[in-house]
Amino acid sequence: MKVLVPIKRVIDYNVKVRVKADGTGVETANVKMSMNPFDEIAVEEAVRLKEAGVATEVVVVSCGVAACQETLRTALAIGADRALLVETDAELQPLAVAKLLKAIVAKEGPQIALLGKQAIDDDANQTGQMLAALLGWPQATFASKVKIADGKAEVTREVDGGLETVATKLPVVITVDLRLNEPRYVTLPNIMKAKKKPLETLKPDALGVDVAPRLATLKVAEPPKRKGGVKVPDAAALVDKLRNEAKVI
Amino acid sequence: MSEYAAPVRDMQFVLRELAALDEIAALPGFGDATPDVVEQILDESARFCAEVLAPLNRPGDVEGSTWRDGEVTTPKGFKDAYRQFTEGGWNALQFPAEHGGQGLPKLVAAPVMEMWKAANLSFSLCPLLTGGAIEALLLRGSDAQKRAYLPKMIAGVWTGTMNLTEPQAGSDLAQVKTRAVPAGDHYRIFGQKIFITYGEHDLAENIVHLVLARTPGAPAGVKGISLFVVPKFLPRADGTPGERNDLRCVSIEHKLGIHASPTAVMAYGDKDGAIGHLVGEENRGLEYMFIMMNAARFAVGMEGVALCERAYQKALAYAKERLQSREIGASGSQPAPIIRHPDVRRMLMSMKAQAEATRALAYVAAAHHDRAHHHPDEAARARSQALLDLLIPVVKGWSTETAIEVTSTGIQVHGGMGFIEETGAAQYLRDARITTIYEGTTGIQANDLIGRKVAREGGATAKAVLAEVERTAGALRDAGAANLGVIGARLAAGRKAAAECVDWIVANAGADPKAVHAGAVPFLKLCGIVLGGWQMGRAALAAQARLARGEGDAAFLQAKIATARFFADHPLAHATALRDVVVEGAPGVLALSDEQF
Ligand SMILES: Cc1cc2nc3c(=O)[nH]c(=O)nc-3n(C[C@H](O)[C@H](O)[C@H](O)COP(=O)(O)OP(=O)(O)OC[C@H]3O[C@@H](n4cnc5c(N)ncnc54)[C@H](O)[C@@H]3O)c2cc1C
Repeated sequence: MKVLVPIKRVIDYNVKVRVKADGTGVETANVKMSMNPFDEIAVEEAVRLKEAGVATEVVVVSCGVAACQETLRTALAIGADRALLVETDAELQPLAVAKLLKAIVAKEGPQIALLGKQAIDDDANQTGQMLAALLGWPQATFASKVKIADGKAEVTREVDGGLETVATKLPVVITVDLRLNEPRYVTLPNIMKAKKKPLETLKPDALGVDVAPRLATLKVAEPPKRKGGVKVPDAAALVDKLRNEAKVI
Repeated sequence: MSEYAAPVRDMQFVLRELAALDEIAALPGFGDATPDVVEQILDESARFCAEVLAPLNRPGDVEGSTWRDGEVTTPKGFKDAYRQFTEGGWNALQFPAEHGGQGLPKLVAAPVMEMWKAANLSFSLCPLLTGGAIEALLLRGSDAQKRAYLPKMIAGVWTGTMNLTEPQAGSDLAQVKTRAVPAGDHYRIFGQKIFITYGEHDLAENIVHLVLARTPGAPAGVKGISLFVVPKFLPRADGTPGERNDLRCVSIEHKLGIHASPTAVMAYGDKDGAIGHLVGEENRGLEYMFIMMNAARFAVGMEGVALCERAYQKALAYAKERLQSREIGASGSQPAPIIRHPDVRRMLMSMKAQAEATRALAYVAAAHHDRAHHHPDEAARARSQALLDLLIPVVKGWSTETAIEVTSTGIQVHGGMGFIEETGAAQYLRDARITTIYEGTTGIQANDLIGRKVAREGGATAKAVLAEVERTAGALRDAGAANLGVIGARLAAGRKAAAECVDWIVANAGADPKAVHAGAVPFLKLCGIVLGGWQMGRAALAAQARLARGEGDAAFLQAKIATARFFADHPLAHATALRDVVVEGAPGVLALSDEQF
C-alpha cells in the first residue's frame, strides 16, 4: 500500500514574519524556510506506517519553487522513499494545489493521502478537504490517532467538544493534527542517504492542471499592535470595561 | 524559542566565503559534502542541540555528576540525550567510512562540534575524549585493535578516555610513572591517573582507556613512555564487553565549572594489574600523543568559540529586555532597554566581534586540516600542514583566553543578575575557565608557538602567512569604501607588529630564550588578534562583494562589515601595544629573584 504525503515549504516557525511595505504579501527574501510542521507530522506518521509493515512505500510531493527540493530532502531524510516536485514559480492557492495533487494521485495510485491539517503560513485549512472532494474519497480531518487495518482507516479526530472516532474505507484523505505524533530527529546517516533517493520534477502543464489563482489578495497588513495595560480602581470598573469596552461579557 | 539557537547563517557565511567549502568538498573523498547536504546537516544539528542538549546545560550544572562506590551517575537526562546523540549518528560525523563513520570533512564537523559545545559543554566532552581515543587507534592501533574497538567507539556505544595526567606529571609528561609490565601478549598496568575526563560514567556499556605508562627499563623522560589500550570491560571474542578489568574510579573532583562532566581519579592494578595492550611501538607513546594533540587542541579551541557565542546570545537577549536609565539625548523620563546605552553596545559588539573572529580563524584552520590530509598535490598538503601546525596553538590559546573575557563581559551586561546563578550567565564563565588549562595551558600553547612553530623554522611559515595578511590589507585599502579602508590600515599595522615580533623571536630564541619565553603568551594573543582581524577583513571584503552583486541578506552583510570595523578599531588596535610587550617587556618579567617576590 502506497502512502502519498504532500508537503509545503513555509517560513520557519521561529521567524518573526514581516509584511512587505507595499502590503502585497509577506517578506520571504532571505528568510529561513522549512517544512510546514503539520506536514512533518504527516511524514512521520507515514514512515511509522511503513515501519509497522502497513505501508509499502511513502511518496512525498511538494508543489512550488525549485527550492522545495530541500524540503523534500528533509522528508526523505525522515524516511520517505521517493519525492516528486511539481515545479512552478506561480502563486498556488489551495484549490490549485488540490488539483495538482489529484493528478499526482492518478499517476501514483496511493491508498492514503496524508496531509497536514493546515499550513502555518496562510492557515487556509482547505487543501485536504478539497482534494477529497475532487477525488470523491472519504476524508478524516484533524487526526490525533490513525489506525489502518483490514482495508479500513479508523481515525480519531480532535473536535471542539473532545475526540471523535470515525471509520472510513480506503482510499482516504487524512489530515493530521499536532498531537498525532512527535516527529523524530533526523539522523546523520539518513541525511546522507536522502541525497541518493529519487526526486522527480514535473511541471503543472504536464499534469494538465491550470493553476491560475481564483482569489485576489487585496491587502496584507500587520495585526494591530497590542496596547499597554491599564490599572482599574476597583472590580466594578473592571466589569464595566469588560462589558462596554471589550464587549466580552 | 530555545535558549541557544545555533548561528547557522554566520557559520554558512564563514564556510563558504572564508574557509572555501566548495574547494574542500571537491577534494577526493568528500563528494558527499555538497552545499545542500551541508545545509541540512547544520539545520538538523541545530535543532537537536537546541531541543535536546541545550535544555540540559543548566540542570546538569546544578546537579553535577555524582560518585558512589566507584560508580558515577551523570545528571538527569544525560543518558537519554547521549542515546539520542549516538542513535542520530552524530558521534560518527568525521571518522572514516571504512570503520562505520560518515567521513565528512573536518570543515563540516567544525560547526557541528561548535553547536554541541555551545549547547552543553559538559556533555560534549564525552564525544571529544572518545574522538581523541579513536584518533589514536586509527593512527597506530593494530588491525585487531581497530576491529575490536573502532566500530563501537565510532558509533559511540563505547566511549574513550585519554589518561595522561598524574599528580607529578601535568604539563611535563616526562614525569609519568605508571608502570606497564609485560605478561605474554599483553601488559599489566599499575598506577594512578588524575583528572580523567569521563573516566567513569553511566552513558555507555564500556569505556576504553588510553593510558600512558612506562615499560621496565624504558629510558627516562619523554622517550620512555608507551601508549596502552586498557578497556573497563575486556572485549569477548564476539565483541561484547566481558570480564571487568582491574581498574576503578577512586573519586571524582569538585570543580569550578563543567560540573556535569565527571573528572575522575583512576586507579590501575589494585589487584593483579589491569590488562592493557600496547598501541604501536614501545617508547613512542608521547610521539603518537603529539600527532593527535592537534585534533584535541583544535576541539578545545572550538570550545572557546562556542562559549563566546552562547554568552553573546544570552547577553543580547537580556540587553533588549532590561529597561534601565534614559537613553542619552532622549526626551521624557522613560527608561530605555540597556542595549541603547553606548557602553552596553560596546560590550555586545566586543562579544559578537570576538565570537565571529574566533569562529572564522578556527574554520579556516579546519579547512587546512582537510587539505593537509586529502589534497592530491603533495606540496599543497605540506603547505597546509605547516599552516595548520602554526594555527593550532593560536586557535587553542587565543579562542579560549578570549572566551574567558567574553563570558565575563556577558555577566557584566547582566549587571547584578549576571552574578546570580539562576540567570545562567555565570555558568558560561565558570565553564570557560577550564578551557585555557586542559589540553595544554595557554603557557604551553605559547611555548609551542614560539619554539616549534616559529623559531625552529626561522619564522618561515609565520612570514608566509603575514605576507597574505598584507595582501588582504592592500585589498581593503584599494576597495574604495571608508569602512574597508580603516580596517585595511589597522590590519597593516597589526601585521607589522606581528612581523617585528617574529623577527625578534627568531633573532633572540637562541641567545636569550628566557626573554623570548617571557613574551610567549602576549605573542600568542597578538597572533590571535592579527589573524582573527585578517579573517574579519576577508569577511568584510566578501560581504562588500556580495552587496555589490545585490546578493544575499543586505542587513546581515552590512552588519558583517560593521563588525569587522569594530574588531579592527578595538581588539586589533591593541596589536601595536602587544608588540612592545613582546619585544620590550622581558626585563620587567625576569628582574626579581625568587626571594624578592
Ligand atoms: C577538569 C579537568 C579535566 C581534565 N581532563 C584530562 C583528561 O581527560 N586526561 C588527562 O590526561 N588530563 C586531563 N586534565 C589534566 C590537564 O591536562 C592538566 O591539568 C594540564 O595539562 C595542566 O597540568 P597541571 O595541572 O599539572 O598544571 P602544571 O603543569 O603544574 O601547571 C601549573 C602552571 O605552570 C605553568 N607551566 C608549567 N610548565 C610550564 C612551562 N614549561 N612553561 C610555561 N609555563 C608552564 C602552566 O601554564 C600553569 O600556569 C584535566 C584537568 C582538569 C582540571
